[in-house]
Amino acid sequence: MTAPTGTRPARTGGTRPRVAPLRPTRRPHRAGRPKRSLLLTVLTGLVVVYSLVPLVWLLINATKTQAGLFSSFGLWFSDDFALWDNIRRTLTYDDGIFARWLSNTLFYVVAGAGGATLLAAVGGYGLAKFNFPGKRAVFAVVIGAVAVPGTALAVPTFLMFSQMGLTDTPWAVIIPSLISPFGLYLMWTFAAEAIPDELLEAARLDGAGEFRIFFRVCLPLLAPGLVTVLLFTSVATWNNYFLPLIMLKDPDWYPLTVGLNAWNAQALTVGGDVVFDLVITGSLLTIVPLIAAFLLLQRYWQSGLAAGGVKG
Amino acid sequence: MAPPQPATVVPDGQESATSGAGTPGTARAKLPRRRRSWVGWRFVGPFLAVFALVFLAPIVYSIYLSFFRNRLVGGNSFVGLDNYQQVLADPQFWSGVGRVSLFLVVQVPVMLFLALLVALAVDSGRLYGRNFFRLAVFLPYAVPAVVATLMWGFMYGTRFGLVGNINEALGITLPDPLSPEWVLASIGNIVTWEFIGYNMLIFYSALQVIPRSLYESAEIDGASQLRVITSIKLPALRGALMIATIFSIIGSFQLFNEPSILQKLVPNAITTDFTPNLYAYSLSFSGQQYNSSATVAIVMGVITMIVAYVVQLRGMRKDG
Repeated sequence: MTAPTGTRPARTGGTRPRVAPLRPTRRPHRAGRPKRSLLLTVLTGLVVVYSLVPLVWLLINATKTQAGLFSSFGLWFSDDFALWDNIRRTLTYDDGIFARWLSNTLFYVVAGAGGATLLAAVGGYGLAKFNFPGKRAVFAVVIGAVAVPGTALAVPTFLMFSQMGLTDTPWAVIIPSLISPFGLYLMWTFAAEAIPDELLEAARLDGAGEFRIFFRVCLPLLAPGLVTVLLFTSVATWNNYFLPLIMLKDPDWYPLTVGLNAWNAQALTVGGDVVFDLVITGSLLTIVPLIAAFLLLQRYWQSGLAAGGVKG
Repeated sequence: MAPPQPATVVPDGQESATSGAGTPGTARAKLPRRRRSWVGWRFVGPFLAVFALVFLAPIVYSIYLSFFRNRLVGGNSFVGLDNYQQVLADPQFWSGVGRVSLFLVVQVPVMLFLALLVALAVDSGRLYGRNFFRLAVFLPYAVPAVVATLMWGFMYGTRFGLVGNINEALGITLPDPLSPEWVLASIGNIVTWEFIGYNMLIFYSALQVIPRSLYESAEIDGASQLRVITSIKLPALRGALMIATIFSIIGSFQLFNEPSILQKLVPNAITTDFTPNLYAYSLSFSGQQYNSSATVAIVMGVITMIVAYVVQLRGMRKDG
């Protein structure tokens, strides 16, 4: 993909200039791609099949009626194609509660992941470009906290938030989503690389204030890192289950994950309305936006994972 | 399990010298002599304020809770280490710890090994359509644990699941993946499915920063593919492997989402003390025993940190 290939030639070329004259003669030999192997492709293909089968299963079964689910083979279509009808019923069931959950999820993602990205960018920049008293302590505390199991914090956070009267409100989901220690770390290494010190010095000489420098000069340079952090925090918020599960009682505030599980639980309760078809179609609708985001923004998560290698 | 991002994976030694005091892999000597000032705090401050509220305060609060007990008669009273004694002597707690330890020892190596193989295969450039491979294997990471568990749960089912289909088609009886004997393995499969691609990308990113010149030299020396893997690629992956292992340890000890959702399908196979986290959850929300619950959370946090720390130490020793 684009990110790594863009950086590689620059790096080898830059660090070993004495090789440069040899290049023209070497290139055909070196650039010659390793021979493709059918055997290796097939073997790796097994892992791909493993990765995709459940998604294919979901897609196929979202096209079935409830009766079709029970009467047909799982990995093939049944006689009637009910996908559109299933989607319609998923969106309208119980006064359109699914649409409500979808908009809740979007709200939590925008507020939680957006806020987390901003805090990480500002903080990471501060760590990368300033030398201040207590910096080492900040580093130690943040890295130490990463080792603390997040779910272990959930129950105490719940108890604390209930003392503060925050449970069963959107704040209970949004506030904990605002912190991404790894987002901070990523922005820190990214800012250290992407923003030249000379640029800051020049801006300071021009008399610009520190925050003005950050928002006007540095933020645009941080854009690729921002998208990466935003992508990962969005996925984390979109997929969040444990936290909203314990924080929220009112179904009107549920995100999709908790809502879907409630539907599933309802189907398994004696006397409950059996809505497996809606659970399956709802699951499909839940993952489509994420998969689309990942496919469209490939360049960014690739580059984010290769953090040090990206220089824009 | 919600693993953090693998940003730490890329110690490529090119960080600018300003990257600061704590950045691993940066020699402290490289720090330019710059005037220390408090300006940096204005940037780091907002993050730290929220961090204190959602990370530090709950830790402090749960430590406080763990030293008290709420009795019907007498109210809230200080009990010293009683809660710890109680948790450490609690067979339900230890059965959960045993289960996640078994999970850790079996599932994590299988997952990381598969991820490593795929990363090496994609990196080798010998695959047809390698971008497709990388994307397809990574896709499950975008699927919420809830949806992943519901999907696999349905597929495991004998009614309209794949297992039922296979039994019917072949006239055999496969072991029921949701029976008490098999359910832990079934959960292991779900977690493996979710995180192979994620770990594969950690490894792949680490492989991508290996300087091409190393391969060129190896080629000139006539090194075999296998030799290139064992002498160049695997040593370069050590840091990434360490990170992935530690994330996986944390993830295993925190196991909650998958068993909690499957529990609805098979209440008999997954008890309320199935994992320590599930136990802490049911202590809090079914039993109202907040003090015991906080104590379980702390003990698990300490165990996790100790294990992660020991693994890290061992890894570093092998480095030297």
